[in-house]
Amino acid sequence: IRVHCGRGVFRGGGSQTSCDSFEFHRGEPSWDMKQLLAWIRVNLLKERPELFVQGDTVRPGILVLINDADWELMGELEYQLQDQDNVVFISTLHGG
Amino acid sequence: MPVQCSSCGQNRAALKRPKTGHSLCRSCFFWAFEEEVHHTIVSGRLFSRGETVGIGASGGKDSTVLAHVLKVLNERYDYGLKLLLLSVDEGITGYRDDSLETVKRNQQQYDLPLKIVSYEELYGWTMDAIVKQVGLKNNCTFCGVFRRQALDRGAMMLNVDKICTGHNADDVAETVLMNVLRGDIARLRRCTAISTASDGEGAIPRCKPLKYAYEKEIVLYAYFKKLDYFSTECIYSPNAYRGHARTFLKDLEAVRPSAIMDVIHSGENLSVREGVKMPVQGTCSRCGYISSQALGLPKLGIGKHHRLHGKILAQQPLTQEEERKLKAVDF
Ligand SMILES: [Zn+2]
Ligand SMILES: [Zn+2]
Repeated sequence: IRVHCGRGVFRGGGSQTSCDSFEFHRGEPSWDMKQLLAWIRVNLLKERPELFVQGDTVRPGILVLINDADWELMGELEYQLQDQDNVVFISTLHGG
Repeated sequence: MPVQCSSCGQNRAALKRPKTGHSLCRSCFFWAFEEEVHHTIVSGRLFSRGETVGIGASGGKDSTVLAHVLKVLNERYDYGLKLLLLSVDEGITGYRDDSLETVKRNQQQYDLPLKIVSYEELYGWTMDAIVKQVGLKNNCTFCGVFRRQALDRGAMMLNVDKICTGHNADDVAETVLMNVLRGDIARLRRCTAISTASDGEGAIPRCKPLKYAYEKEIVLYAYFKKLDYFSTECIYSPNAYRGHARTFLKDLEAVRPSAIMDVIHSGENLSVREGVKMPVQGTCSRCGYISSQALGLPKLGIGKHHRLHGKILAQQPLTQEEERKLKAVDF
């Protein structure tokens, strides 16, 4: 699974938690998006997780693409990640 | 498992549109998005043939998408417009200098002329210098005032007939909400207007062709088209009030996707009771800045920027109270 975070996803309000892209290897049982987000929250967002997650999903204003398709088409949190999947997070929250 | 495009039925859908709930493939989405902007332009009569149109270009997603779509539509529908990019350099190291690099690449990519006007050349100072003196409070508001004017000046230098900006539906909804919260009826009207006529010396008519375009779609349009844009927040203190309005709207939208459009329509449909005092716009004779003055209120709003701009131009530090007075200005 390849995860890519667009510029600015983890930024804002002075937080500089940076994340570009990382490869991800998980054996079975395969994760769903909910588990991936929880993992990112714990492992990548030490400073201000609220800039990325809200409750158990992404903060409104962050777009999620799974294999270049809107995750709203893919079951969002329930989507079961597969090997070779490509997950992209894009922030809509700044830059005009 | 993959969802098919509800329009062509051929391709795999790439997104679910927030406005309609339709699932579209990339090419049907591009088409729908562009056609909606075209519809906005035609029904709002935003342009006339032969006009020179300056696109306020910041290097960000909105203005980059705007420049791209206007160029496409100008060719597709033969609007007969002369398009050019107009940028303001506020003098913010590490932010605007980087985003202007993006604009310069856009100039090449879209083959459009580019004019950059800088605070330094217009006013003799940069935002970096101001922040050094004043600190990090209310810079956005302050900076926005001068950016507005700088765009006008740049447009005048190039004989631009109209300026269009990349304000999208989310931006307009935020501004409606902020103006409601501040009780600012005059600005509430102006912010929902899709175009503003020239009001006063030195102000060039403006319009917002992306007024009905959702932020999500703008970002995905840019992403799927691989447009080159710059996405970093300004390094100087973001407008906290706007930030709250934005978060609130995003939360509402998550529950009810039409929230953004609902708020815009509410703003458009509000009417003002007879007898309610309306502030009027005036042009400052000393610095040419367009300011709102409260009509009929005894001197209350009048001094808002006048007492300050001497100080501002002389680069003197502002007190907290003075900064607060500058607060209520256009976005
Ligand atoms: Zn299609
Ligand atoms: Zn003045």
